[in-house]
Amino acid sequence: MEFFTHNTKINFMRLRKITAVISLLLFIISIASLSVKGLNWGLDFSGGTQVQLTFPQSVDLHQLRTKLASAGFEKSEVQSYGSSHDALITIGLTGNKEERSKDQGVVTKEVTNKLKQLFPQAKQQGANAIGAKVSKELANKGVLAVLVSMILISIYIAFRFEYRMAISSAVALIHDPIVILGIFSLFHIEFGLNALAALLTVIGYSLNDTIVVFDRVRENFRKMRGSDAVEVVNSAINQTLSRTIMTSALTLVVVLALLFFGGPIIRSFSIALVIGIVIGTYSSIYVAGALAVALGLSRKDLLPPAKPTEESFQ
Amino acid sequence: MLDFKRQLPKSKAVLNRTPRWLNVLMIIILLVAALYAAPNLFGENPAVQISSSTPGQNPSDMAVSKVTAALKKSSLSTTAITRENKHIVVRFNSADDQLKGKEVLQQALGNQFIVASYNAPATPKWLRKIGGQPMKLGLDLRGGMSLLLQVDVADVIKRRLHNSIRDIGQTLRKEKIPYRAIIPGDNSITINFREATQRDQAFKILAVKLREYSWQKNSSGEQYQMIGQLSQPALIQIRQYTMEQSINSFSRRVNELGISEAQVQQQGMNRISIELPGVTDATEAQDILGKTATIDVHLVDINHDLSQTLVSGKVPPGDLLIKDQSGRSVLLKSDVVLSGDSITNAVSSLDQRSGEPQVSVTVAGGAQSKLYNTTRANVGKPMAVVYNETKSTKQEVNGKTVIRYHKHSTVISVANIQGAFGASFRVTGLSSGEAKQLALLLRAGSLPANVTILSEQQIGPSMGKANVRRGKLSIEIGFLLVVLFMALYYRTMGIIADIALFVNLILIVAIMSLLRGTMTFPGIASLVLTIGMAVDGNVLIFERIREELRRGTSIQGAIHAGYDRAAVTIVDAQLTTLIAAIVLFAIGVGPIKGFAIVLTIGLFTSMLTSITYTRAMVNFLFGGKALKKLPIGMTVKKEKG
Repeated sequence: MEFFTHNTKINFMRLRKITAVISLLLFIISIASLSVKGLNWGLDFSGGTQVQLTFPQSVDLHQLRTKLASAGFEKSEVQSYGSSHDALITIGLTGNKEERSKDQGVVTKEVTNKLKQLFPQAKQQGANAIGAKVSKELANKGVLAVLVSMILISIYIAFRFEYRMAISSAVALIHDPIVILGIFSLFHIEFGLNALAALLTVIGYSLNDTIVVFDRVRENFRKMRGSDAVEVVNSAINQTLSRTIMTSALTLVVVLALLFFGGPIIRSFSIALVIGIVIGTYSSIYVAGALAVALGLSRKDLLPPAKPTEESFQ
Repeated sequence: MLDFKRQLPKSKAVLNRTPRWLNVLMIIILLVAALYAAPNLFGENPAVQISSSTPGQNPSDMAVSKVTAALKKSSLSTTAITRENKHIVVRFNSADDQLKGKEVLQQALGNQFIVASYNAPATPKWLRKIGGQPMKLGLDLRGGMSLLLQVDVADVIKRRLHNSIRDIGQTLRKEKIPYRAIIPGDNSITINFREATQRDQAFKILAVKLREYSWQKNSSGEQYQMIGQLSQPALIQIRQYTMEQSINSFSRRVNELGISEAQVQQQGMNRISIELPGVTDATEAQDILGKTATIDVHLVDINHDLSQTLVSGKVPPGDLLIKDQSGRSVLLKSDVVLSGDSITNAVSSLDQRSGEPQVSVTVAGGAQSKLYNTTRANVGKPMAVVYNETKSTKQEVNGKTVIRYHKHSTVISVANIQGAFGASFRVTGLSSGEAKQLALLLRAGSLPANVTILSEQQIGPSMGKANVRRGKLSIEIGFLLVVLFMALYYRTMGIIADIALFVNLILIVAIMSLLRGTMTFPGIASLVLTIGMAVDGNVLIFERIREELRRGTSIQGAIHAGYDRAAVTIVDAQLTTLIAAIVLFAIGVGPIKGFAIVLTIGLFTSMLTSITYTRAMVNFLFGGKALKKLPIGMTVKKEKG
């Protein structure tokens, strides 16, 4: 079975100026949203109280939400899980001064008491109390790890390929997670530990994609004499097009299955992955590829050092 | 356009043949992997785990027969009673039986044993014998309890300073060197002298004796001082020792709870993370872990008048005023005759004569002589056992988190010293529950430092199960769709890729199970990534082969070229991701580490299965044969030119 005409000759690089602008815009919007609006940190990061309630009858989540809001819980979320009788209520720490002066255990007690008043018929299954300080360390370490690995990867790419490609792939690698975070921020989607795992997955995926494209670019530069960088990159992308679409489609299929069947707990995870795969593919072509061209990538940069190649000489 | 000429070997029969030894090796690897991945298919049984109260002791055969007898009497049926790892494991048919069984066994076995309920993996015996076991599931998938504790190392340092100060005082007095004052400071000690000669004399002696401090002479105005700063290596050593002791202590406490897969680990500089998977009884865990308790033994001060002290409110120097359980005050000498950390064992039982609960305490060798000497010199005089409990609370003060400790001391028994003892003694005057708890806390080792609970999370098992079920379902659906699509699009080659994908998963599961790695939700995320990359690898190879076929290369040549070229790409891609995985593993904490482990394993297995396994299968089916068409899902239309 085949879906595509091989031998496509789409001039992807023609759009590179436009997409550069789009990418820049996305980037700026994301950074802006993150600085102004911030992220909707999940309980894993913000700290707070999470209580599981089991009701004698089926729960109406909407009703719960309105009740919580009117009771003055600013940062609250309601999820269902387990059965239709169960609800997971998350009361995030607001971080205001009054709250912070209290002991964590006291805050938890207050929340559970208030909830008992609001929903006297429900049984409280368990209460989570998480100190925010804990997870900040985790987030910081995570960011550090990502940055260090980006540097190391860039070095590897510089050796195996070429330094301009290293730079452009590094930019693409930073571009993807920031845009995803921006979308999370804009739409106020909860960013928890699972979403972080998704982010890491996306980085890995985008990296894989970028390398595959670059590999073909490298090969083409060596084969296609007399073509300029734009032509070479274009043909590389065209040649890998069927593979790119196939892989993206297959991975998307898995992730969409996760999104639709995986339940509310992994929702933010699935969303991040779906966005990430699309953006990852996009960035491999238009951020990494185009930037390498813009930086002046040319054939001589990619020729192997003087050693006999399998190519015959003209 | 010049074509990329490849060295095609003259004889085509050499192409696309996997050496037999490699084929055999791959089959062996697959079978072994399947064997060790198998335990994950067996599920769990509700069970009860019985361990001896004395840490590290194997329950005796008599215990086993007691267990069997007790269960028979209450007509509870079991699926198996086995010994595993210094525990007796009793497997039941249902969770109800498990609950009943726990109560029955607790009653029957008494204080010598700890009975805890948990979910035992249902791995068959023969498989367990060769080391097969299922993967460990993280808390987010399994449910349980997770705690993060902070150890107050600063307090330990303060205590060390005070000990040194006492030491210095004793030494100077012995050497008859007069001094004005000894003042503790910020990780430092300052000694003031009136004259320089005194200071210099002291310096000569103390600088040698107390080497963990770096001493300096100083003079300010009329004072001659020597200031000792606790050296950096000494600070590091104190911290390390404190952390190690604390971790040990908590490990033992956690063992007391009878939880087999618990994890106690150091996190960062002064934190400990404790994970108790499958723990359903959270209150008991919190109780044991949240408390810090020690006992100290003091002599009662009979020389000073208690009532006078109460009236005047002034405690005589060198004394402590502590209330007992009924609220009466007792005047004690502050010198600690025996401290909690010199206790090697403590067992609660019933006194044979009086039937009263008691705790028998065994004393460590180093502390025995002091205890013996003190008791011998004070026969007939009263001695008190003080129970110290430290509770901590967290508060935010001026933006900083401040931890306050409240120490609560109670005299739990005052008794006259009957005779000298050094090696062991008994504590009476407790209720049965108190005796049991005291024994447990003493056994678990006193903590060298105060500890606060920073974070405490309880994931109900229902949440874990629901998660796992849905997650499993969605991955299965996704997987099935991928398999289907590959088969449709790439025909036979696609099916080969699908088989390789299954092999990949089996390998990952087997390695995780063998390594006793923990599978968390981020781990599942990296599984998704690994599957994606493995599929990508195969797609790369197949698309290359298709390209070659279109170009007119022979089938054998196309296969060879396809793998040849694509392998380079795949290795480059996997290696770069491997760099990221290793960095994440090294720097990352907790769940990020989990992500990195599975990713690393997955990258290696993917490289293996996508390239080597599929190649072997392709070679087996198509290698060296004269074929008209390669079933790769396309019809070859030779390109012109």
